[in-house]
Amino acid sequence: MLEKALSGSKGYWIWMFCLMTLMGMGGVIYLYQFTEGLGVTGMSRDIPWGFYIGQLTFMVGVAASAVMVVLPYYLHNYKDFGKITVLGEFVAIASVIICLMFVIVDVGQPIRALNLFLHPTPNSLLFWDAFVLNGYLFLNILITRVTFDAEKKQIAPPKWIKPIIILSIPWAVSIHTVTAFLYAGLEGRAFWLTAILAPRFLASAFAAGPALLVLLCLLLRKITRFDAGEKPIKKLAVIATYALAVNLFFVALELFTGLYSDMPEHMHHFEYMFIGLHDQLGNHNMLAPFMWVSMLLCFAALILLLVPKWRNNFKILPVACVMLFIGLWIDKGVGLVITGFVPNPTGHIVEYMPTWVEIGLVVSIYATGLFILTGLYKIVLSVRGQVDA
Amino acid sequence: MGGSRRDFLKTAGASLALLGGLSAESLAAPLSEGELFRPGEPLKEGNVRWAMVVDLKKCAGKDLSKLFEACHKIHNVPDMEREKDKIKWIWSEPFGHAFPNQEHEYVARPYQEKTVPVMCNHCERPPCVRVCPTQATFKREDGIVMMDMHRCIGCRYCIVACPYGSRSFNWRNPRPYIKEINPEFPTRTKGVVEKCNFCAERIARGKEPACVEACTDGALVFDDINDPNSKVRQLLETRYSIRRKPVLGTMPHVFYLV
Repeated sequence: MLEKALSGSKGYWIWMFCLMTLMGMGGVIYLYQFTEGLGVTGMSRDIPWGFYIGQLTFMVGVAASAVMVVLPYYLHNYKDFGKITVLGEFVAIASVIICLMFVIVDVGQPIRALNLFLHPTPNSLLFWDAFVLNGYLFLNILITRVTFDAEKKQIAPPKWIKPIIILSIPWAVSIHTVTAFLYAGLEGRAFWLTAILAPRFLASAFAAGPALLVLLCLLLRKITRFDAGEKPIKKLAVIATYALAVNLFFVALELFTGLYSDMPEHMHHFEYMFIGLHDQLGNHNMLAPFMWVSMLLCFAALILLLVPKWRNNFKILPVACVMLFIGLWIDKGVGLVITGFVPNPTGHIVEYMPTWVEIGLVVSIYATGLFILTGLYKIVLSVRGQVDA
Repeated sequence: MGGSRRDFLKTAGASLALLGGLSAESLAAPLSEGELFRPGEPLKEGNVRWAMVVDLKKCAGKDLSKLFEACHKIHNVPDMEREKDKIKWIWSEPFGHAFPNQEHEYVARPYQEKTVPVMCNHCERPPCVRVCPTQATFKREDGIVMMDMHRCIGCRYCIVACPYGSRSFNWRNPRPYIKEINPEFPTRTKGVVEKCNFCAERIARGKEPACVEACTDGALVFDDINDPNSKVRQLLETRYSIRRKPVLGTMPHVFYLV
């Protein structure tokens, strides 16, 4: 079936070559980072995790959110998602591959990365994260392969795949829970030491993922003959709306506990996030403008999505989805990781700014993900005979 | 009251044992003074457990850089150019930064300067060991938290987990930044984590840690804390001592006399 991705229109090829150029650029940048060491990034002894791990965290969420189409379709027999379920699962596959690439570019000794499995260590959440992410990738490849093959042959998928699909539902929840546990189980980092981190991760994931799927559906409607239909798009928008509202509620809970309790250890992080922290060298508030933009985007998106008239308007909906996606991306892909490290364990304020190496690699890894996703979508549409606009 | 509390702990402990591998006895053991935050693990009599005692009175107002240099020199710790790449095994902090929950506005003047030597605490319950995905960092029988530089994949989860900022990462190849290489101790490659090892290589030869040796006035004392007659036990029994961030339950084995 893969050969379907190897033939396409001029537009398809231009797009794929653009992505490949970015991927090639990423390869060169990675070679540079690999030779020089991670010193070419903005990370430091005080900010040991930065942009890469932030992206990993965010994209695990996007991967997990496939469950928002899988669950209604397979568990509740919500037929309207029939046409887009495989699209959601393909987003999951591309996202998990993106995540795994972010793990590889972040480790200092990538050649030894397999030590993770040579010396399996169940008390380390990173071991579990690698395990559940790879498992989720395998499940989704298997499920899409089998169900889509059946669709192509116009027969019902084999019965044995159903329990595996059911398994993929809690598995999706597990990948983001384990990712939250990476942070939430550390006694030394007060900012993440909160039981609400995993639920908050899931809420923001179930907002960002469906919003992305809405955008993809609308895009496909425009540039191909594939039409997801108004009903499923509107349903996805409702899911994103609720999840966004729940996420913002969770953020408010965090702020209340952190600020009202008046405990310096908890307050400092939130202060750094939104106002900045003072020391003898002055005010450090590099992150604050981004966080305010994030908050504004999220609240504006929520208002646009809450009003049914606006949410159901396919001119306004994509705008709201883009705002939501960027807002949550800043919150989780940038703010969440960095804030946990400021101030550092000895109470000093050291800030972080990614270097061009990090930005370049992040862009090229996303390009790789898009390349995979485009190829997979192309296969679906070719088989369904809905490629050309 | 005490009985029912014990019983509760026992039941809770027994059920937890299944989950976390904790033993019911250690949870049900009566809390003794100084162990309020975490029921103490029974001392294994006869086992050596290394610990350090730092006398803050003796450190106040002194130049401690000699101790740090002694350590960094014999361990081939590089002197990186940029602050963000710095590698530190032992360094000093002002009192409020070393003990963030115990400072106040009126801390005596000398302690407001960088007078507290800080290093790896060789915790009894080290978070870094708990999170390491490859067991590249591990705790030995004698309490020393060690690094296997050949197994470390450089994920830096241990740095994230350490509540004391005691771990450093080789962001670049450290070798060009070592002034004079000590052939008796390995140098490191880029991409691995390192930290104070309580001079395990010197203890093995019956020597004291380098910082302790470099410190002529006895401000740093190193010994077996399981031995009731050891120097550290005697100091801890006669002077008031504190540990860094005790509330976290990591049980540091570097003690500070105030």
